[in-house]
Amino acid sequence: MAHKGKLSRRKFLIRTGLGTAGVLALGTYLARNPIRRSVLQTLSTMDLTYVGDTDDPLIWFELTADNHVLLLSPKVEMGQGIFTGMAQLAAEELEIPLERLRVVHAATATGNIDGLSTGGSTSIAGLWEPLRELAATFREMLRTEAARKLGAPLSGVQLKNGVFQYGDSQLTFADTAAGVTDWNLPETPALKAADAFRHIGKPVARVDLAPKVYGDPIFGLDAEMPGMLYGAVLRPTHIGARLLKADTQKAAGMPGVVQVVEAEDFVGVVARSYAQAERAKAQIEAEWEAPVHLQQADIEARMTVGNGKHTIIQKEGGPMEGPEGETLEFRTPIGAHAQLEPNGALAHVEEGRATVVISTQVVGLTRKEVAERLGMNPEQVNIIPAYLGGGFGRRLHTPHAVPAAVMSKAVGRPVKYIFSRQEEFQHDMFRPPTHHRMKGRLGADGRLEHLEHHFVSGDVGNNSALMIPGVPTILGADIGAVRGGLLQYTGVPNLRAVYYHVDLPFATSWWRSLGLLANTFAIESFVDHMAAKAGQDALTFRLQHIPQDDALGARLRAVLERAAKASAYTETVRAGRAMGLAASVDAGTPCAQVVELSLEEGKIRIHKVTCVLDPGLAVNPDQVRAQCEGSIHMGLSAALYEEMQVVDGALTPVIYGPYRMLLMKDAPREIEVILLQGKETPGPVGEPPLGPIGAAVANALFRLTGKRPVRMPLAKSI
Amino acid sequence: MPVKVTLTVNKTVHHLELEDPEMPLLWAIRDLLGLKATKFGCGKAACGACTLLVDGVPVRSCSYPARLGKGKTITTLEGLGTQAEPHPVQQAWIEEIVPQCGYCQPGFMMAAAALLKRVSNPTDDDIDQNILNVCRCGTHTRIRKAIHKAATLAQTGQAQPNTPEDGA
Repeated sequence: MAHKGKLSRRKFLIRTGLGTAGVLALGTYLARNPIRRSVLQTLSTMDLTYVGDTDDPLIWFELTADNHVLLLSPKVEMGQGIFTGMAQLAAEELEIPLERLRVVHAATATGNIDGLSTGGSTSIAGLWEPLRELAATFREMLRTEAARKLGAPLSGVQLKNGVFQYGDSQLTFADTAAGVTDWNLPETPALKAADAFRHIGKPVARVDLAPKVYGDPIFGLDAEMPGMLYGAVLRPTHIGARLLKADTQKAAGMPGVVQVVEAEDFVGVVARSYAQAERAKAQIEAEWEAPVHLQQADIEARMTVGNGKHTIIQKEGGPMEGPEGETLEFRTPIGAHAQLEPNGALAHVEEGRATVVISTQVVGLTRKEVAERLGMNPEQVNIIPAYLGGGFGRRLHTPHAVPAAVMSKAVGRPVKYIFSRQEEFQHDMFRPPTHHRMKGRLGADGRLEHLEHHFVSGDVGNNSALMIPGVPTILGADIGAVRGGLLQYTGVPNLRAVYYHVDLPFATSWWRSLGLLANTFAIESFVDHMAAKAGQDALTFRLQHIPQDDALGARLRAVLERAAKASAYTETVRAGRAMGLAASVDAGTPCAQVVELSLEEGKIRIHKVTCVLDPGLAVNPDQVRAQCEGSIHMGLSAALYEEMQVVDGALTPVIYGPYRMLLMKDAPREIEVILLQGKETPGPVGEPPLGPIGAAVANALFRLTGKRPVRMPLAKSI
Repeated sequence: MPVKVTLTVNKTVHHLELEDPEMPLLWAIRDLLGLKATKFGCGKAACGACTLLVDGVPVRSCSYPARLGKGKTITTLEGLGTQAEPHPVQQAWIEEIVPQCGYCQPGFMMAAAALLKRVSNPTDDDIDQNILNVCRCGTHTRIRKAIHKAATLAQTGQAQPNTPEDGA
């Protein structure tokens, strides 16, 4: 039962000041320009972690008659474990056992709508205070009612395991709330001190574990509605293709076809089953106008440092000039998201309202897009988010809801629309390819005098529907592409990081950790190279250039030192095994990793990865570990094997297998995760451990073979 | 021409009329029987998300016509075990907290159950050679641990291995 009482509104303060990770990354240098500074301030003071209502506990919580609390989450669960972390935060202040708190996705009709997104590793860090304050306030609202119903003084009402007690009388939350229509909103109560935590900081099992192990229908594509049909939409196979003509006569006559839908911007088929819709779609005789000359070499030629507009994003001392010094160039390929659940949506459009079930990271944006297309008010569109079969940034734009809605409106029945796997691969919003030129020079003392990172990337955030218009122009840099692109070796007197922007003919966007994987690959490979030139080991050399006297520097040093120690890091190749070390700081979370590998029959075998992460307070240490393991596997997959290529104007390959990903046989036999806590609050977790892994592999390969890998995928360098 | 087929799924006999004689088993299971644990991932037998057991053998059901299931014993994750009576693989998956997004996990669990049926105590190499599914979240090391644990659970009888592939 929902309680929608009147309530005297007053704002919860959002004190995170977190902004987006990208803004933090751009922080120091760009903020010197006054116009940029004002934009950065705007971005930082707006709560970009969560844009929604944090002043009304009644849209966040519902009570059930069996005395459970429902937490209506505006954030979505895509595997990152935030439902569990949110349950821990809320149960802590609600004083209820964890099993009596259920986290569910908030449909937009409930009013708890995230106007932004779930992404950027910000959910738990950003909700750390607001969610506990909401829960504490809700608890005190209930306590006030309990006192009234029990005829007790407020201070006399005790709360134990979700039951109010006064003398011998007891009231459950549900009994307390029954019949209440007008709530009094108390001042925000003081939050529990860390030493009193019962749930926070404990490695409790995921709250969605049983549904995922016993196969409950929780994902977007599992949703059904009575009378549901399947839709398929004709998509081009070539980059930049334009539909000239589509003859749908043959498709319309295919078995199972209910209707061909010719909309202003697409041609679709609605049929009784998925296979029938796909088969009918294949029978549409389409004529495309498509440039087929484009090849991978053209993309790489374009994607080369020096092309396009550039912005200096980090500048200390002077530029490196003259012939002395070292230069290395690195490349990373186009990457696909390849999440296992294809994009899609189930839509039902009726007179004056629409309902959409969808796996999306952008609930609010999806509602807006559907409403605009149908000519409805947003309030007439109910977006029901479902568990995501993987997100990884792919679902930070899910325009798939619109064709589903248009087809549903056309046939007057619910329509489920699913992207084919080929469409997933060819119409992904890819991780952009990058090219990096690293430059450095040692002084007479063997320390770095100059260190420079010049890099070019396709868009990450600039073309995103989430980006605030005008911001990219003012910043002059793409907040996603530069992530990880700044040099963390601030002890080097002369530093430069220069970002070049080049447009690509296909869509590129957010891919878990954004520019971090590619940028860290270049920077940390090069620093390893310079360490060798200096005759220093990789750890000592790094430590020499990281200042001890700033908080983040100290935490970075700590993860590096711990990783080297825990892995027994050595630069001697022993029994055919070599080690590689790398580190990064992403959104304030330092991470160091050591990879131990060998070559077996000419193939790279990863034996062990040691990962030291300092996320601050780990709300759920087991799930922080899981995010480290996940990042390591995903990063290894991308760094070693994955690569999309442009061939004759088409993005290829279009299926798993040819798009080679990490399998069980390739996975490290052992991953050791060590968590340090260098600050008292939770920091970003889901992406930072993706930084070092590519460079750590490359550095180990260099030790083993004497050859420095400069291109991902690294397996090709052997 | 519609075809009639009798499918035995999770020990229950279903008489189906397939309007589409080529309907893949995956979609018959999901849409006609309403069992949603078996997932659509690629439609080309390339990812393993749709893995189920046909006569105890792992099959990628997106590319297996439903009509071929006639007379065979089909097991999906729902038939492998339940929360009250978990299969050792499910028990191990719970104990190791394996899933992240969870979408690929039914396929992995079915492939693991099939492996354990053939090899009661699989080595790491057995796992490498037989478990060929794709996971994007990166749960590989926990999957490996869970398969070893499932083998132990099955042998010590802590979780009774259901043997649905032997038929009712």
